[in-house]
Amino acid sequence: MKVVLKNVNVLNPHQNVYEKNLSILIEDGRFKNIGELSNAEMKDAKVFELDGKYIVPGFFDMHVHLREPGREDEETVVTGCNSAANGGFTGIACMPNTDPAIDSAEVVVLIKKQSANHLVDVYPVGAATVGRKGEVISPMAELKDAGVVGFSDDGIAIKTASILKRSLEYAKMFDLPIIEHCEDESLAGGAMNESINSTLLGLPPIPSVAEDLIVMRDILMAEYTNAKVHIAHISSKKSVEMVRDAKKKGIKVTAEVAPHHFTLTDDAVKTYDPNVKMNPPLRTKADIEEIIKGLKDGTIDCIASDHAPHSLEEKEMEFEYAPNGIIGLETQIGLAFTELYHKKVLSLEQMVEKFAINPRKILNLPIPEIKQGEVVNLTILDVDAVWTVDKKKFLSKSSNSPFDKRLLTGKSVGVINKGMMFIDGSFTKI
Amino acid sequence: MSLSSRHLLGLKDVPKEDIQLILDTATTFREILERPIKKVPTLQGKTVVNLFYESSTRTRISFELAEKRLSADSVNFAVSGSSVSKGETLKDTVRNIEAMKVDMIVVRHACAGVPLMLTKLSNSNVINAGDGIHEHPTQGLLDMYSIREKLGKLEGLKVCIVGDVAHSRVALSNIYGLKTMGAKVSVCGPSTMIPKFLDELGVDVIHNIDEAIQENDVLNVLRIQLERKAREYFPSIREYSKYFGIDRERLEKNSKDILILHPGPINRGVEISSEVADGSSQIILQQVTNGVAVRMAVLYLLGTLN
Repeated sequence: MKVVLKNVNVLNPHQNVYEKNLSILIEDGRFKNIGELSNAEMKDAKVFELDGKYIVPGFFDMHVHLREPGREDEETVVTGCNSAANGGFTGIACMPNTDPAIDSAEVVVLIKKQSANHLVDVYPVGAATVGRKGEVISPMAELKDAGVVGFSDDGIAIKTASILKRSLEYAKMFDLPIIEHCEDESLAGGAMNESINSTLLGLPPIPSVAEDLIVMRDILMAEYTNAKVHIAHISSKKSVEMVRDAKKKGIKVTAEVAPHHFTLTDDAVKTYDPNVKMNPPLRTKADIEEIIKGLKDGTIDCIASDHAPHSLEEKEMEFEYAPNGIIGLETQIGLAFTELYHKKVLSLEQMVEKFAINPRKILNLPIPEIKQGEVVNLTILDVDAVWTVDKKKFLSKSSNSPFDKRLLTGKSVGVINKGMMFIDGSFTKI
Repeated sequence: MSLSSRHLLGLKDVPKEDIQLILDTATTFREILERPIKKVPTLQGKTVVNLFYESSTRTRISFELAEKRLSADSVNFAVSGSSVSKGETLKDTVRNIEAMKVDMIVVRHACAGVPLMLTKLSNSNVINAGDGIHEHPTQGLLDMYSIREKLGKLEGLKVCIVGDVAHSRVALSNIYGLKTMGAKVSVCGPSTMIPKFLDELGVDVIHNIDEAIQENDVLNVLRIQLERKAREYFPSIREYSKYFGIDRERLEKNSKDILILHPGPINRGVEISSEVADGSSQIILQQVTNGVAVRMAVLYLLGTLN
């Protein structure tokens, strides 16, 4: 089948390509021609008039929780992939805190199989230790052969410095990163950021130093082992500063931030709405300012949603009892473009780097190119579209988002990957 | 005169006029409590549910008595353990209670924010009888009532809250209420038991109990909640009572006439010695009586609002 994307702008900083007002002919899932298309080329093609929309390499979210296996009532591999496609993503990395954890090749194979026929590429992250218990390192070689792209005990940090050291040393053989949820266990367990708000709201606090301690430990260990550590969902000012300094020293540390951590402060908790309960918790204006600075100067490499589906009954509980986390796949492009691109924090090129290029670099994945003959893997962006979030329209199986009814600017119009297209709410083979 | 809100969730943002009205109304009810027949028909036909998710003796009895003295129909709904272990969610419980056509809900829960949640799930007037380590507004009100009764005013008084401020639901309600009424509020306790950002509320923080006694007109001595995690926040009971406990020697040493409140139940010999607790300067048992009057005032003012 032939598809024409008409009158688009093409942007791929990885190839140094930024061309305006051209058309793209796709045939059998590959780029057939890019430029001015003749009438003959467009004959029999499905033509999409995309006046001024941007064609960029398919966006990639490197921090997604699919609940399969274990909590398929909250999200399955397929519903998570649907949610990703609807949000503008052609690839995701899924975290290992499933039940059972992704600590054996069998679980990797299951997830790979469930996603095999989907438009969205799914790359599992393996558990760093067996059962994420922090006692024995997982069979990393076997996991790598089965297809994992990194290792993490996500949900918690790797328990001890000695196991962290071994994990880094072992993962280094495969040039894969250790992805860390940075939180000191002995300071964990609260319900919100420690600030004047936690005092006013009477909620047990989690101090930001709980994150900073593990970020510091992990940076030191990455330096000592000369291995790669990736800081997941960075949220505190001090942590951003430490990552910046570490990068200057050449330590192999990278970092991601979730959109809620640059959009909301812990003021949002005043409603006691469990949909603003996440870990790391929402922090303060000073933290957001440092995150913005870190996004600008490259300290923070990429944006990732930490998409964490939870059932309605779990999220309707008392704030202190409710589980942490919100879904984010279908709101994060809108939030990031509203908060970063339209507020002139990041250029469009930088947005594409944070969403498509850097996450793949961190996980050693090939970066999609927009050129003749290549397999098509792209996202179509309407950076100026003004829209209102409607949780009823989410394709995720869960709806735990604090952003319902929020007005955003910028969204994905559709995605193409693996010979499939998602546009206007439906998948088609092309 | 009527209250500006149909719920009492906390004393934060409650205007001075409202607090004044509650305290004045309580004075009237306090007199009724001294009569041989301690009952008025004010809330006849109203149904009040005491929804207690956390065990409580005095607060529940105090509310129950207040309801009965106002001739309301009151029902106790005690839930042991959390809603998680029980199976039924808070939402379902509240909707069930609501379906039984009640007028007011008095709620006690181990989690902060639950009273606010209830206002969204129900049409009843909601009264917070203590939520987590957040607020306990009727305790704050009865403390203010007791101080006013004894010293004749609140404005300009210096009040120090002593003890485990970080794990107390009474402290915040006291701070908000007393500040609104023009008192100067400070806190005194081990630094591990004082929330990190408390000074942002305009509250002085001190760690020397002798200084607290010398500088203040009133001490509100909080209970050290030995059953909670609080136990991990100070080295030993011996050390606590030595450095923060209030006993006769300490009061005599500072030769100070000072009003001492305690929300109870008392850990005798820990935060306060028996001698002081039972001594003439204290009004701890009067606080309990006042509690019924203040709760009657709150129930009456909310119950007759519509």
